[in-house]
Amino acid sequence: MESKLSVNHLLGIKDLNASDIELIFTTADNFKEVINRPIKKVPSLRDITISNLFFESSTRTRLSFELAEKRLSADVINFSASGSSVSKGETLIDTVNNILAMKVDMVVMRHPNPGAAVFLSKHIKARIVNAGDGTNEHPTQALLDAYSIREKFGKVKGKKVVIVGDIMHSRVALSNIFCLQKLGAEIMVCGPTTLMPKYISQLGVKVEHNLKKALEWCDIANMLRIQLERQDIRYFPSLREYIMLYGVNKQLLDSLSKRITIMHPGPINRGVEITSDVADSAQSIILEQVENGVAVRMAVLYLLAGAKN
Amino acid sequence: MKELADKNIFGITLQRLAYQLIEEHDDFSDSALIGLQPRGIYLARRIRGILSAILKKDIQLGELDTTFYRDDFRHHEQPIIPSATNVDFLIENKKVILVDDVLYTGRTIRAGLDALLAFGRPSKVELLVLVDRRYSRQVPVEPDYVGIAVDTIVSQKVKVSWKETDGEDGIVMISNKDKHI
Repeated sequence: MESKLSVNHLLGIKDLNASDIELIFTTADNFKEVINRPIKKVPSLRDITISNLFFESSTRTRLSFELAEKRLSADVINFSASGSSVSKGETLIDTVNNILAMKVDMVVMRHPNPGAAVFLSKHIKARIVNAGDGTNEHPTQALLDAYSIREKFGKVKGKKVVIVGDIMHSRVALSNIFCLQKLGAEIMVCGPTTLMPKYISQLGVKVEHNLKKALEWCDIANMLRIQLERQDIRYFPSLREYIMLYGVNKQLLDSLSKRITIMHPGPINRGVEITSDVADSAQSIILEQVENGVAVRMAVLYLLAGAKN
Repeated sequence: MKELADKNIFGITLQRLAYQLIEEHDDFSDSALIGLQPRGIYLARRIRGILSAILKKDIQLGELDTTFYRDDFRHHEQPIIPSATNVDFLIENKKVILVDDVLYTGRTIRAGLDALLAFGRPSKVELLVLVDRRYSRQVPVEPDYVGIAVDTIVSQKVKVSWKETDGEDGIVMISNKDKHI
Protein backbone atom coordinates (compact mmCIF):
# COMPACT_ATOMS: atom_id res chain seq x y z
CA MET A 1 0.00 0.00 0.00
CA GLU A 2 1.11 3.56 -0.73
CA SER A 3 2.18 5.50 2.33
CA LYS A 4 1.40 8.88 0.85
CA LEU A 5 -1.78 10.49 -0.40
CA SER A 6 -1.88 11.30 -4.12
CA VAL A 7 -2.98 14.86 -3.29
CA ASN A 8 -1.51 17.77 -1.31
CA HIS A 9 -4.89 19.13 -0.25
CA LEU A 10 -8.18 17.47 0.60
CA LEU A 11 -10.52 19.45 -1.63
CA GLY A 12 -12.99 16.75 -2.56
CA ILE A 13 -13.42 13.00 -2.70
CA LYS A 14 -13.47 13.37 -6.49
CA ASP A 15 -9.67 13.89 -6.45
CA LEU A 16 -8.89 10.83 -4.30
CA ASN A 17 -8.38 7.27 -5.46
CA ALA A 18 -9.38 4.08 -3.66
CA SER A 19 -5.90 3.54 -2.19
CA ASP A 20 -5.89 7.10 -0.75
CA ILE A 21 -9.16 6.30 1.00
CA GLU A 22 -7.81 2.95 2.25
CA LEU A 23 -4.69 4.73 3.57
CA ILE A 24 -6.84 7.26 5.43
CA PHE A 25 -8.89 4.42 6.93
CA THR A 26 -5.95 2.34 8.14
CA THR A 27 -4.37 5.46 9.65
CA ALA A 28 -7.70 6.32 11.27
CA ASP A 29 -7.77 2.84 12.86
CA ASN A 30 -4.61 3.81 14.75
CA PHE A 31 -6.04 7.15 15.81
CA LYS A 32 -9.25 5.51 16.96
CA GLU A 33 -7.10 3.46 19.34
CA VAL A 34 -5.34 6.68 20.45
CA ILE A 35 -8.56 8.53 21.29
CA ASN A 36 -9.69 5.65 23.46
CA ARG A 37 -6.53 5.68 25.62
CA PRO A 38 -6.38 7.12 29.13
CA ILE A 39 -4.27 9.93 27.62
CA LYS A 40 -5.78 10.78 24.27
CA LYS A 41 -3.14 13.08 22.87
CA VAL A 42 -0.10 12.43 20.68
CA PRO A 43 2.62 14.97 19.87
CA SER A 44 2.83 14.41 16.07
CA LEU A 45 1.73 17.88 14.88
CA ARG A 46 3.34 19.88 17.68
CA ASP A 47 5.11 22.30 15.31
CA ILE A 48 2.10 22.80 13.02
CA THR A 49 -0.40 25.65 13.21
CA ILE A 50 -3.84 25.07 11.76
CA SER A 51 -6.43 27.73 11.11
CA ASN A 52 -10.09 26.78 11.06
CA LEU A 53 -11.90 29.22 8.80
CA PHE A 54 -15.66 28.92 9.04
CA PHE A 55 -17.57 31.22 6.71
CA GLU A 56 -20.73 29.22 7.38
CA SER A 57 -22.23 27.93 10.59
CA SER A 58 -21.16 24.56 11.92
CA THR A 59 -21.12 22.75 15.24
CA ARG A 60 -20.08 19.15 14.72
CA THR A 61 -17.56 19.63 11.95
CA ARG A 62 -15.85 22.59 13.63
CA LEU A 63 -15.66 20.87 17.02
CA SER A 64 -14.57 17.61 15.45
CA PHE A 65 -11.76 19.29 13.48
CA GLU A 66 -10.68 21.30 16.49
CA LEU A 67 -10.59 18.22 18.68
CA ALA A 68 -8.68 16.26 16.03
CA GLU A 69 -6.13 19.08 15.78
CA LYS A 70 -5.72 19.32 19.53
CA ARG A 71 -5.40 15.54 19.94
CA LEU A 72 -2.51 15.78 17.47
CA SER A 73 -0.96 18.65 19.49
CA ALA A 74 -1.29 21.21 16.69
CA ASP A 75 -1.73 24.88 17.52
CA VAL A 76 -5.22 25.96 16.54
CA ILE A 77 -6.67 29.32 15.62
CA ASN A 78 -10.36 29.66 14.98
CA PHE A 79 -12.08 32.12 12.74
CA SER A 80 -15.73 32.55 11.99
CA ALA A 81 -17.02 35.00 9.43
CA SER A 82 -19.54 36.66 11.68
CA GLY A 83 -17.92 39.44 13.65
CA SER A 84 -14.80 39.46 11.44
CA SER A 85 -13.46 41.84 8.79
CA VAL A 86 -15.33 39.82 6.14
CA SER A 87 -18.37 41.84 7.12
CA LYS A 88 -16.31 44.98 6.42
CA GLY A 89 -15.79 43.88 2.81
CA GLU A 90 -12.48 41.98 2.88
CA THR A 91 -12.04 39.38 0.11
CA LEU A 92 -11.44 35.69 0.77
CA ILE A 93 -7.83 35.77 -0.47
CA ASP A 94 -7.01 38.86 1.59
CA THR A 95 -8.49 37.32 4.70
CA VAL A 96 -6.60 34.08 4.21
CA ASN A 97 -3.32 35.73 3.24
CA ASN A 98 -3.46 37.84 6.38
CA ILE A 99 -3.95 34.74 8.45
CA LEU A 100 -1.10 32.97 6.63
CA ALA A 101 1.19 35.95 7.30
CA MET A 102 0.92 34.83 10.91
CA LYS A 103 2.70 31.59 9.80
CA VAL A 104 -0.11 29.09 9.52
CA ASP A 105 0.67 25.71 7.93
CA MET A 106 -2.77 24.34 7.20
CA VAL A 107 -6.22 25.77 6.61
CA VAL A 108 -9.48 23.96 7.30
CA MET A 109 -12.22 25.89 5.53
CA ARG A 110 -15.98 25.84 5.26
CA HIS A 111 -17.49 28.27 2.80
CA PRO A 112 -20.98 28.78 1.29
CA ASN A 113 -19.64 28.95 -2.28
CA PRO A 114 -18.93 25.76 -4.23
CA GLY A 115 -15.30 25.65 -5.34
CA ALA A 116 -14.04 28.00 -2.61
CA ALA A 117 -11.51 25.42 -1.38
CA VAL A 118 -10.19 24.72 -4.89
CA PHE A 119 -9.87 28.46 -5.50
CA LEU A 120 -7.94 28.93 -2.29
CA SER A 121 -5.59 26.01 -3.01
CA LYS A 122 -4.54 27.69 -6.25
CA HIS A 123 -3.69 30.99 -4.62
CA ILE A 124 -2.06 30.24 -1.30
CA LYS A 125 0.77 28.03 -0.10
CA ALA A 126 -0.77 26.29 2.92
CA ARG A 127 -2.37 22.83 2.79
CA ILE A 128 -6.16 23.09 2.49
CA VAL A 129 -8.77 20.78 3.94
CA ASN A 130 -12.27 21.39 2.64
CA ALA A 131 -14.78 21.25 5.49
CA GLY A 132 -17.70 21.83 3.13
CA ASP A 133 -18.01 24.22 0.18
CA GLY A 134 -21.60 25.16 -0.60
CA THR A 135 -23.48 22.38 -2.36
CA ASN A 136 -20.28 20.86 -3.77
CA GLU A 137 -18.38 18.53 -1.42
CA HIS A 138 -17.86 17.69 2.23
CA PRO A 139 -15.05 15.15 1.93
CA THR A 140 -14.33 14.38 5.59
CA GLN A 141 -18.03 13.67 6.22
CA ALA A 142 -18.06 11.14 3.38
CA LEU A 143 -14.86 9.56 4.68
CA LEU A 144 -16.24 9.17 8.18
CA ASP A 145 -19.51 7.79 6.82
CA ALA A 146 -17.69 5.19 4.73
CA TYR A 147 -15.35 4.45 7.65
CA SER A 148 -18.37 3.84 9.91
CA ILE A 149 -19.84 1.44 7.34
CA ARG A 150 -16.48 -0.36 7.10
CA GLU A 151 -16.34 -0.59 10.90
CA LYS A 152 -19.87 -1.95 11.22
CA PHE A 153 -19.80 -4.39 8.29
CA GLY A 154 -16.08 -5.11 7.91
CA LYS A 155 -16.06 -3.76 4.36
CA VAL A 156 -17.79 -1.25 2.12
CA LYS A 157 -17.57 -3.19 -1.13
CA GLY A 158 -20.89 -4.67 -2.22
CA LYS A 159 -22.95 -2.84 0.42
CA LYS A 160 -26.16 -1.18 -0.69
CA VAL A 161 -26.52 2.37 0.55
CA VAL A 162 -29.51 4.62 0.03
CA ILE A 163 -29.17 8.36 0.55
CA VAL A 164 -32.55 9.85 1.40
CA GLY A 165 -33.72 13.46 1.30
CA ASP A 166 -32.50 16.73 -0.14
CA ILE A 167 -30.01 15.38 -2.67
CA MET A 168 -29.93 18.58 -4.69
CA HIS A 169 -28.63 20.86 -1.96
CA SER A 170 -26.49 18.33 -0.11
CA ARG A 171 -22.70 18.28 -0.34
CA VAL A 172 -22.80 15.23 1.94
CA ALA A 173 -24.77 13.34 -0.73
CA LEU A 174 -22.31 14.18 -3.51
CA SER A 175 -19.18 13.34 -1.49
CA ASN A 176 -20.80 10.14 -0.22
CA ILE A 177 -21.67 9.04 -3.74
CA PHE A 178 -18.06 9.57 -4.91
CA CYS A 179 -16.54 7.94 -1.84
CA LEU A 180 -18.78 4.88 -1.64
CA GLN A 181 -18.54 4.27 -5.38
CA LYS A 182 -14.74 4.35 -5.24
CA LEU A 183 -14.93 1.71 -2.52
CA GLY A 184 -17.29 -0.49 -4.53
CA ALA A 185 -20.65 0.09 -2.82
CA GLU A 186 -23.96 0.35 -4.68
CA ILE A 187 -25.76 3.65 -4.26
CA MET A 188 -29.37 4.67 -4.55
CA VAL A 189 -30.75 8.15 -3.98
CA CYS A 190 -34.29 8.66 -2.79
CA GLY A 191 -36.32 11.84 -2.42
CA PRO A 192 -38.93 14.02 -4.07
CA THR A 193 -38.39 14.71 -7.79
CA THR A 194 -37.96 18.40 -7.07
CA LEU A 195 -35.02 17.75 -4.74
CA MET A 196 -33.26 15.43 -7.19
CA PRO A 197 -30.59 17.00 -9.43
CA LYS A 198 -31.53 16.61 -13.11
CA TYR A 199 -28.45 14.65 -14.14
CA ILE A 200 -28.04 12.56 -10.97
CA SER A 201 -28.38 9.21 -12.80
CA GLN A 202 -25.26 10.08 -14.83
CA LEU A 203 -23.26 9.55 -11.65
CA GLY A 204 -24.17 5.87 -11.87
CA VAL A 205 -26.63 5.83 -8.99
CA LYS A 206 -30.10 4.33 -8.85
CA VAL A 207 -32.95 6.78 -8.37
CA GLU A 208 -36.07 5.84 -6.42
CA HIS A 209 -38.95 8.02 -5.30
CA ASN A 210 -40.69 5.47 -3.09
CA LEU A 211 -39.08 5.40 0.35
CA LYS A 212 -40.38 1.97 1.34
CA LYS A 213 -38.97 0.37 -1.81
CA ALA A 214 -35.65 2.12 -1.28
CA LEU A 215 -35.40 0.90 2.31
CA GLU A 216 -36.30 -2.67 1.28
CA TRP A 217 -33.40 -2.57 -1.19
CA CYS A 218 -30.68 -1.18 1.04
CA ASP A 219 -28.38 -2.37 3.85
CA ILE A 220 -27.77 1.17 5.07
CA ALA A 221 -29.92 4.30 4.88
CA ASN A 222 -28.16 7.66 5.17
CA MET A 223 -30.84 10.20 6.08
CA LEU A 224 -30.22 13.82 5.08
CA ARG A 225 -31.62 17.00 6.50
CA ILE A 226 -33.75 19.31 4.37
CA GLN A 227 -31.41 22.23 3.72
CA LEU A 228 -33.94 25.00 4.11
CA GLU A 229 -31.17 27.62 4.21
CA ARG A 230 -30.12 26.74 0.67
CA GLN A 231 -33.65 26.56 -0.77
CA ASP A 232 -34.58 29.73 -2.61
CA ILE A 233 -38.05 28.45 -3.53
CA ARG A 234 -40.43 25.90 -2.03
CA TYR A 235 -39.60 22.44 -3.36
CA PHE A 236 -42.49 20.55 -1.76
CA PRO A 237 -46.00 21.59 -0.73
CA SER A 238 -45.59 21.21 3.02
CA LEU A 239 -43.18 19.80 5.58
CA ARG A 240 -46.02 17.57 6.79
CA GLU A 241 -46.33 15.98 3.37
CA TYR A 242 -42.55 15.53 3.18
CA ILE A 243 -42.58 13.76 6.55
CA MET A 244 -45.39 11.46 5.43
CA LEU A 245 -43.57 10.47 2.23
CA TYR A 246 -39.87 10.61 3.18
CA GLY A 247 -39.65 10.54 6.96
CA VAL A 248 -38.49 7.29 8.59
CA ASN A 249 -40.34 6.23 11.73
CA LYS A 250 -40.11 3.12 13.87
CA GLN A 251 -43.24 1.63 12.35
CA LEU A 252 -41.79 1.86 8.84
CA LEU A 253 -38.45 0.48 10.03
CA ASP A 254 -40.10 -2.49 11.75
CA SER A 255 -42.25 -3.26 8.71
CA LEU A 256 -39.16 -3.96 6.57
CA SER A 257 -38.21 -7.54 5.78
CA LYS A 258 -34.65 -6.96 7.10
CA ARG A 259 -32.80 -4.95 9.71
CA ILE A 260 -31.15 -1.96 8.10
CA THR A 261 -28.60 0.45 9.59
CA ILE A 262 -29.51 4.11 9.96
CA MET A 263 -26.97 6.88 9.49
CA HIS A 264 -27.29 10.66 9.68
CA PRO A 265 -24.60 13.29 9.14
CA GLY A 266 -26.24 15.70 11.61
CA PRO A 267 -27.73 18.04 12.54
CA ILE A 268 -30.92 16.00 12.90
CA ASN A 269 -34.31 17.59 12.55
CA ARG A 270 -36.04 15.15 14.86
CA GLY A 271 -39.52 14.32 13.65
CA VAL A 272 -38.74 15.37 10.08
CA GLU A 273 -36.33 13.02 8.25
CA ILE A 274 -36.25 10.57 11.17
CA THR A 275 -38.22 10.29 14.37
CA SER A 276 -36.53 10.25 17.76
CA ASP A 277 -37.17 6.54 18.34
CA VAL A 278 -35.33 5.78 15.09
CA ALA A 279 -32.44 8.16 15.80
CA ASP A 280 -31.93 6.63 19.24
CA SER A 281 -32.59 3.01 18.26
CA ALA A 282 -30.05 0.20 18.24
CA GLN A 283 -30.10 0.29 14.43
CA SER A 284 -28.71 3.82 14.37
CA ILE A 285 -24.94 4.40 14.25
CA ILE A 286 -25.23 8.19 14.37
CA LEU A 287 -23.06 8.64 17.47
CA GLU A 288 -20.46 6.17 16.19
CA GLN A 289 -20.23 8.41 13.12
CA VAL A 290 -19.40 11.36 15.36
CA GLU A 291 -16.71 9.44 17.24
CA ASN A 292 -15.20 8.16 14.00
CA GLY A 293 -15.22 11.73 12.66
CA VAL A 294 -12.44 12.71 15.05
CA ALA A 295 -10.28 9.69 14.16
CA VAL A 296 -10.78 10.16 10.40
CA ARG A 297 -9.97 13.88 10.60
CA MET A 298 -6.84 13.13 12.64
CA ALA A 299 -5.77 10.73 9.88
CA VAL A 300 -6.39 13.30 7.15
CA LEU A 301 -4.46 16.02 8.97
CA TYR A 302 -1.63 13.64 9.87
CA LEU A 303 -1.22 12.39 6.30
CA LEU A 304 -1.39 15.86 4.74
CA ALA A 305 1.03 17.39 7.24
CA GLY A 306 3.36 14.41 7.49
CA ALA A 307 5.44 14.72 4.34
CA LYS A 308 8.43 17.00 4.00
CA ASN A 309 7.56 20.30 2.35
CA MET B 1 27.35 -10.32 4.96
CA LYS B 2 28.47 -11.66 8.32
CA GLU B 3 26.44 -14.02 10.48
CA LEU B 4 26.27 -12.81 14.07
CA ALA B 5 24.05 -15.62 15.36
CA ASP B 6 22.71 -18.83 13.83
CA LYS B 7 19.46 -20.37 14.98
CA ASN B 8 21.12 -22.34 17.82
CA ILE B 9 22.89 -19.33 19.32
CA PHE B 10 19.69 -17.37 18.75
CA GLY B 11 17.66 -19.86 20.79
CA ILE B 12 20.22 -19.99 23.60
CA THR B 13 20.31 -16.17 23.73
CA LEU B 14 16.54 -15.92 24.10
CA GLN B 15 16.61 -18.52 26.89
CA ARG B 16 19.32 -16.58 28.70
CA LEU B 17 17.39 -13.30 28.38
CA ALA B 18 14.29 -14.98 29.82
CA TYR B 19 16.21 -16.30 32.85
CA GLN B 20 17.82 -12.89 33.40
CA LEU B 21 14.33 -11.38 33.45
CA ILE B 22 13.16 -13.93 36.02
CA GLU B 23 16.13 -13.06 38.27
CA GLU B 24 14.93 -9.46 38.35
CA HIS B 25 11.16 -9.87 38.11
CA ASP B 26 10.55 -13.03 40.09
CA ASP B 27 7.11 -14.40 39.14
CA PHE B 28 6.19 -11.38 36.98
CA SER B 29 3.14 -10.53 39.12
CA ASP B 30 3.95 -6.79 38.93
CA SER B 31 5.73 -6.80 35.60
CA ALA B 32 4.74 -6.58 31.96
CA LEU B 33 6.49 -6.86 28.61
CA ILE B 34 5.92 -4.16 25.98
CA GLY B 35 7.18 -4.95 22.47
CA LEU B 36 7.93 -2.02 20.19
CA GLN B 37 6.41 -2.07 16.72
CA PRO B 38 7.23 -3.11 14.13
CA ARG B 39 10.00 -5.68 14.82
CA GLY B 40 10.30 -5.70 18.60
CA ILE B 41 6.97 -7.49 18.93
CA TYR B 42 8.39 -10.76 17.58
CA LEU B 43 11.06 -10.75 20.26
CA ALA B 44 8.54 -9.81 22.97
CA ARG B 45 6.15 -12.60 21.92
CA ARG B 46 8.97 -15.16 21.88
CA ILE B 47 10.28 -14.08 25.30
CA ARG B 48 6.77 -14.23 26.68
CA GLY B 49 6.41 -17.77 25.36
CA ILE B 50 9.60 -18.87 27.10
CA LEU B 51 8.66 -17.10 30.37
CA SER B 52 5.17 -18.62 30.36
CA ALA B 53 6.63 -22.08 29.87
CA ILE B 54 9.09 -21.65 32.73
CA LEU B 55 6.77 -19.89 35.18
CA LYS B 56 3.66 -21.81 34.07
CA LYS B 57 1.51 -18.68 33.97
CA ASP B 58 0.36 -15.97 31.59
CA ILE B 59 2.68 -12.99 31.28
CA GLN B 60 1.19 -9.61 30.35
CA LEU B 61 2.30 -8.45 26.94
CA GLY B 62 1.53 -5.24 25.11
CA GLU B 63 2.49 -4.00 21.66
CA LEU B 64 3.36 -0.34 21.34
CA ASP B 65 3.75 1.78 18.23
CA THR B 66 5.97 4.85 18.54
CA THR B 67 5.17 6.53 15.20
CA PHE B 68 3.17 9.44 16.60
CA TYR B 69 5.94 10.21 19.11
CA ARG B 70 8.91 10.22 16.75
CA ASP B 71 11.13 13.25 16.45
CA ASP B 72 11.52 12.98 12.66
CA PHE B 73 7.94 13.83 11.67
CA ARG B 74 8.08 15.92 8.45
CA HIS B 75 11.72 14.88 7.87
CA HIS B 76 10.78 12.29 5.25
CA GLU B 77 9.32 12.58 1.76
CA GLN B 78 6.37 10.47 2.87
CA PRO B 79 4.43 10.39 6.11
CA ILE B 80 5.46 7.56 8.43
CA ILE B 81 2.69 5.00 8.50
CA PRO B 82 1.88 3.73 11.99
CA SER B 83 1.49 0.11 13.11
CA ALA B 84 -1.10 -1.08 15.60
CA THR B 85 -0.83 -0.40 19.30
CA ASN B 86 -2.37 -2.98 21.57
CA VAL B 87 -1.92 -2.41 25.29
CA ASP B 88 -5.05 -3.75 26.95
CA PHE B 89 -3.92 -3.31 30.56
CA LEU B 90 -2.93 -0.34 32.68
CA ILE B 91 0.79 0.00 33.31
CA GLU B 92 0.26 2.18 36.38
CA ASN B 93 2.78 1.10 39.07
CA LYS B 94 3.96 -1.88 37.01
CA LYS B 95 7.54 -2.74 36.19
CA VAL B 96 7.64 -2.49 32.42
CA ILE B 97 10.23 -4.07 30.17
CA LEU B 98 10.44 -2.38 26.78
CA VAL B 99 11.50 -4.91 24.16
CA ASP B 100 13.07 -4.16 20.78
CA ASP B 101 15.15 -6.17 18.35
CA VAL B 102 18.04 -3.80 17.57
CA LEU B 103 19.21 -0.83 19.62
CA TYR B 104 21.03 1.68 17.43
CA THR B 105 20.62 5.46 17.83
CA GLY B 106 18.24 5.12 20.78
CA ARG B 107 15.67 7.47 19.23
CA THR B 108 12.98 4.80 18.90
CA ILE B 109 13.35 4.01 22.60
CA ARG B 110 13.07 7.71 23.46
CA ALA B 111 9.80 7.83 21.48
CA GLY B 112 8.74 4.57 23.13
CA LEU B 113 9.21 6.09 26.60
CA ASP B 114 6.93 8.98 25.59
CA ALA B 115 4.36 6.65 24.06
CA LEU B 116 4.37 4.46 27.16
CA LEU B 117 3.28 7.32 29.42
CA ALA B 118 -0.09 7.52 27.61
CA PHE B 119 -0.97 4.27 29.40
CA GLY B 120 -0.10 5.33 32.94
CA ARG B 121 2.94 5.83 35.16
CA PRO B 122 5.02 2.68 35.48
CA SER B 123 7.00 2.18 38.68
CA LYS B 124 10.07 1.25 36.64
CA VAL B 125 10.98 0.93 32.98
CA GLU B 126 13.72 -1.36 31.71
CA LEU B 127 15.01 -2.04 28.23
CA LEU B 128 15.68 -5.42 26.67
CA VAL B 129 17.25 -5.70 23.22
CA LEU B 130 18.42 -8.64 21.18
CA VAL B 131 21.24 -6.72 19.50
CA ASP B 132 23.03 -3.70 20.95
CA ARG B 133 24.94 -1.74 18.30
CA ARG B 134 27.38 -0.12 20.67
CA TYR B 135 28.94 3.35 20.41
CA SER B 136 26.25 4.64 18.04
CA ARG B 137 23.80 6.29 20.40
CA GLN B 138 22.39 9.75 19.62
CA VAL B 139 20.46 10.04 22.90
CA PRO B 140 21.44 8.79 26.35
CA VAL B 141 19.67 5.41 26.34
CA GLU B 142 21.26 2.18 27.55
CA PRO B 143 19.80 -1.33 27.68
CA ASP B 144 19.37 -3.40 30.86
CA TYR B 145 19.36 -6.77 29.10
CA VAL B 146 21.39 -7.44 25.94
CA GLY B 147 21.28 -10.51 23.70
CA ILE B 148 24.47 -9.79 21.80
CA ALA B 149 26.54 -6.63 21.55
CA VAL B 150 28.19 -5.69 18.28
CA ASP B 151 30.44 -2.89 17.12
CA THR B 152 29.31 -1.47 13.81
CA ILE B 153 29.82 1.54 11.58
CA VAL B 154 27.10 3.70 10.06
CA SER B 155 27.19 2.04 6.64
CA GLN B 156 26.51 -1.39 8.14
CA LYS B 157 23.08 -2.76 8.97
CA VAL B 158 22.03 -5.42 11.42
CA LYS B 159 19.14 -7.61 10.38
CA VAL B 160 17.26 -9.95 12.70
CA SER B 161 15.23 -12.71 11.03
CA TRP B 162 12.37 -14.53 12.70
CA LYS B 163 11.06 -17.94 11.83
CA GLU B 164 7.51 -16.58 12.08
CA THR B 165 8.04 -14.13 9.23
CA ASP B 166 11.34 -14.93 7.55
CA GLY B 167 11.45 -18.73 7.78
CA GLU B 168 14.43 -19.05 10.12
CA ASP B 169 15.86 -17.36 13.21
CA GLY B 170 19.17 -15.58 12.76
CA ILE B 171 21.10 -12.33 12.98
CA VAL B 172 23.32 -11.00 10.23
CA MET B 173 25.34 -7.87 9.65
CA ILE B 174 25.14 -6.43 6.15
CA SER B 175 27.87 -4.08 4.92
CA ASN B 176 27.27 -1.44 2.33
CA LYS B 177 29.21 -3.38 -0.29
CA ASP B 178 26.88 -6.40 0.05
CA LYS B 179 23.86 -4.27 -0.68
CA HIS B 180 23.22 -5.96 -4.01
CA ILE B 181 22.44 -9.23 -2.17
